[in-house]
Amino acid sequence: MLAFVVQRVLATIPVMGVVAFVVFLLLRLSPGDPAAVIAGDYATAEQVERIRAQLGLNLPIYSQFFTWLGQILRGDLGVSIFSNLPVTTLIAQRIEPTLMLALTTIVFSIVVAVPLGVLAAWKANSWIDRAVMMFAVIGFSVPVFVLGYFLIYGFALGLNWFPVQGYRSPFDSPAAFLHHIALPTLTLSAIFIALIARITRATVLEVLSEDYIRTARAKGQSERKVLFRHALKNAAVPIVTVIGLGVALLIGGVVVTESVFNIPGLGRLVVDAILKRDYPIIQGLILFFSFIYIVLNLLIDIAYTLLDPRIRY
Amino acid sequence: MSDLLQPRGEAVIAPRDLRGRRGLFARQPLAVLGAAIIVVMALAALGAPLIAPVDPLALDPLRRLRPPSEINWFGTDQFGRDVFSRVVFGARVSLIVGVAVAALSVAIGLAIGLAAGYVHWLDAVVMRVMDGLMAIPGVLLAIALVSLSGASLTTVIVAITVPEVPRVVRLVRSVVLSVREEPYVEAAIAVGTRLPLILVRHVLPNSIPPLIVQATYICASAMLTEAILSFLGAGTPPEIPSWGNMMAEGRLFFPIAPRIVLLPGVALALTILAVNVLGDGLRDRLDPKLAKRM
Amino acid sequence: MTASSPVLDIQGLTVRLPAGADRLNAVEDVSFAVGPGEIVCVVGESGSGKSVTAHSIMGLLPPGQLTPTAGRILLEGDDLLRKSPAALRALRGHRMAMIFQEPMTALNPVMRVGEQIEEVLAIHTRFDAAARRQRVLDVMRSVHLPDVERLIDAYPHQLSGGQRQRIMIAAALVLDPVLLIADEPTTALDVTTQAQILKLIKELQSRRKTGVLFITHDFGVVAEIAHRVVVMQNGRVVEQGRAEDVLRRPRHAYTRMLIRAVPTLTPPQRAPTGQVPIVLEARQLAKTYVIGGFLGRRREVKAAVNVNLAVRRGETLGVVGESGSGKSTVARCIARLIEPSAGAILLEGTDVAKLTTGALRPHRKRVQIVFQDPYRSLNPRRTVGASIIEGPMNFGVPREAALARARELMRLVDLDPDALSRYPHQFSGGQRQRLCIARALALEPEILIADEAVSALDVSVQAQVLQLLDDVRRRFNLALLFITHDLRVAAQVCDRIVVMQNGEIVEEGVTAEIFRNPRHPYTRALFEAAPGRAFAFGAFETD
Repeated sequence: MLAFVVQRVLATIPVMGVVAFVVFLLLRLSPGDPAAVIAGDYATAEQVERIRAQLGLNLPIYSQFFTWLGQILRGDLGVSIFSNLPVTTLIAQRIEPTLMLALTTIVFSIVVAVPLGVLAAWKANSWIDRAVMMFAVIGFSVPVFVLGYFLIYGFALGLNWFPVQGYRSPFDSPAAFLHHIALPTLTLSAIFIALIARITRATVLEVLSEDYIRTARAKGQSERKVLFRHALKNAAVPIVTVIGLGVALLIGGVVVTESVFNIPGLGRLVVDAILKRDYPIIQGLILFFSFIYIVLNLLIDIAYTLLDPRIRY
Repeated sequence: MSDLLQPRGEAVIAPRDLRGRRGLFARQPLAVLGAAIIVVMALAALGAPLIAPVDPLALDPLRRLRPPSEINWFGTDQFGRDVFSRVVFGARVSLIVGVAVAALSVAIGLAIGLAAGYVHWLDAVVMRVMDGLMAIPGVLLAIALVSLSGASLTTVIVAITVPEVPRVVRLVRSVVLSVREEPYVEAAIAVGTRLPLILVRHVLPNSIPPLIVQATYICASAMLTEAILSFLGAGTPPEIPSWGNMMAEGRLFFPIAPRIVLLPGVALALTILAVNVLGDGLRDRLDPKLAKRM
Repeated sequence: MTASSPVLDIQGLTVRLPAGADRLNAVEDVSFAVGPGEIVCVVGESGSGKSVTAHSIMGLLPPGQLTPTAGRILLEGDDLLRKSPAALRALRGHRMAMIFQEPMTALNPVMRVGEQIEEVLAIHTRFDAAARRQRVLDVMRSVHLPDVERLIDAYPHQLSGGQRQRIMIAAALVLDPVLLIADEPTTALDVTTQAQILKLIKELQSRRKTGVLFITHDFGVVAEIAHRVVVMQNGRVVEQGRAEDVLRRPRHAYTRMLIRAVPTLTPPQRAPTGQVPIVLEARQLAKTYVIGGFLGRRREVKAAVNVNLAVRRGETLGVVGESGSGKSTVARCIARLIEPSAGAILLEGTDVAKLTTGALRPHRKRVQIVFQDPYRSLNPRRTVGASIIEGPMNFGVPREAALARARELMRLVDLDPDALSRYPHQFSGGQRQRLCIARALALEPEILIADEAVSALDVSVQAQVLQLLDDVRRRFNLALLFITHDLRVAAQVCDRIVVMQNGEIVEEGVTAEIFRNPRHPYTRALFEAAPGRAFAFGAFETD
């Protein structure tokens, strides 16, 4: 078991290496002088020179890469050009709302989507199935911000049930937190629910045609237990995989949702950095999000051994 | 269970079966509807200068934020520009980006995927790079690419293509790996067929149906990403009317005039929905194996 | 018929196929009965409706696709077709139970095997957990599973195929049903395992007086196990009666044809091949697969070890073995679809074992191979003509000449030359196998490898394809390397035989000699396991 975990952990190293290299290249291979790009349009020649030295741009490119890599490994993601604060500090300041939004979204999506998907598979080709699948394809198609504005228009401006925007910490006031997080969660969940419901339906449907389902029925097992005891347990691995891979989608969505609902999280940090061309922040956040994504999928990989006895070592 | 009905599952749909007995619409009403919406949008994009009643860029400070009227069907925005004309022109950006990204990523992904699937040492390297690319959230990667290289339609297309390529590579590679285990490929090797011919004759034809399906999904996803980029201010340059740009610019006026945000949003959602529905239809038709899985 | 009333009595059962199928009903007006303690074999080829009949009894037909439209299925006098789903569920697993063909896929991979037996008790009884566990252990012992205290917590993938089928049987019999339906329960098993499972089923049913409905396509199994036989063809019962009567004095032409098509275990007289030159020789051939590595546990799997064999022109050499014996690995090494790890493959003296892709190409045409699965051996997207001329065109034959040759070959394999423009799905399994033989012959090879080439075919079709293979061998003076798990088939077509076990050749010799006097214990075990070996098929008594 330990060997398996170690092996999986080591297997992520090349992936992380590729991520680091791509992010490094992003800045170095952009047209023009990176120092000038970073310094911005109104920088003086001095400022540009200072940034160039700071970035070590006078060194050969491979040594630049390893210097930079060394910094990252020590947990140094660089310094914001505008606020002069370390990117790690900025991330720490802004992470709570993002984490909360991601958690509420994942929980809400799974709670809604898995039963929907199972239901659709069980009633395959019925009107229920078609309705669920139609809902799923709409969930895939409506852009997060379009949905966000529609929800604001209906529930915040129209019915006045929820605040239009903003964020409250659950540690200050759980009620206010839920009140504020409801619409953003709903907005961000749509695509995630669509994704999970679709894959749940597909895998459960596939599992239902397996021989062991017929065996369970031949034993006289009830349909409900066939569905939940036999089918869902076997469908768990692909479903969990998709939830893990879907986190990439979620990260993109968080950025937009925070922007629509004016939530002061990492997404807003990115958007503000884009508008101000604050490259170290963009770079640092891409690394950070990629890291989260890789670690999460690593954990899921290891969790498979709990779900499926065939996957061992 | 299904073996009660069919002697053996036919893995790939036979060419003859592509022509059904019943009409296309009866079999796949949604896909046909999707295709129809796409045709309408494409016509709007091509004939935008003819259809749009007003120049989409023309400012009219005196007629700002007007409600819909006979002249301005969708009203005017905060600069007095005609919203309907801008929505019509916006179709151009979405369709160009969608089609270009789909074509580019399929072409690049196919080449890399075929190579990776057949050349053993290349496979490991390519797949690690693809894993790495896939680990970077696509929207963020595109944002970074656009904001570093400066906003232009070309940059946007390239920036959206980069994160899509790994998906195609994985798909092609998985087809290659499964096809090359097929006895008919082994038989082709046994009769002395060279590798390039094996790829063209046996592997490529099996890759095309899932690729067509994947291309439509990529097209939808690219339109979505373009809108997100533009909405976040890292996409299509503001002087080109795109649906994402319109929503981004109009958002400050959302409480007063929701339609200037919602109408481009509806156009965008409808187009993406149409492409996705068409993709589902194609998938059911061309790729029954995938249809079962998705 | 039996004196006591039957446990299962099927009367006039008709099951409708969905619209657009090749016939109206999957089974039509089927009637037969199973008495207590009786084994009734329903035998037929694919599409005969035997499986549909079995699933109808259990109420396991795919809903909406196959619907019983007439008749009665009486289990202990109760009509199952008129029962509510809940009432039927209460009977399934309790009064009637079923075991299936694939013991791997029929068991839930993420549940412990003990749980899967226990499930039946949990559904149908009010036993507490301790009592259930005790019953599970008991029934596991009764199917002769070893070390049951440990095995009860194992997962299916940790068990062998035979053990899995024992688990299936244990789960089926734990509540002592009056009827056991066995749907081809040994078809996926090796012959030695099959013999054990057949013995187990016989033993348990005679001890427990269970009525067994045994579905099979294999007359060897029928001869081994059946008390009575029901023969089905195209959804209808064509003949039924006592096993003795049906096997020795079949009345219906179809039954006679089926039984006659079963190859006998007695090799026919074959002219000795004599001192013609050796065209193919394998010397110390070995194939080792390395699994894992890089931190994973590195394991070496020796698929073939020290294999020596030689085939003469015009001779058929059989390579016989069970799954995992390495027989297919040897075939694929010789066809150079995989590269052997060690040893030499001599084609008339030239060693091709280590040749590079380019250097190998001229030799490719000399060795051709026909695979097991007729449904995957032809590219479904290309016309069969394109598949047949692919080889010759690779070696520079002009298209027209290759096509003309293809038409000749079509006639040779008894197919319409005009069918060259059709696609594979328009042909039956047997026809596709003929096409594959034509494709192999198009290159005018010296050596033809048939890798389980008739194993996936129905017995009547199998006989025809075997005949064809033998014809082309004689006609083109081919060296035929015949890979098979089936001793009956090997007895009929092979001049000489090598027997493989665990990657090694354990015995070799002239076919008739080996069948008369097997020396190696494994060969003897194989022969003893052959179902129906005591029965001379086709030697009908005149009525």
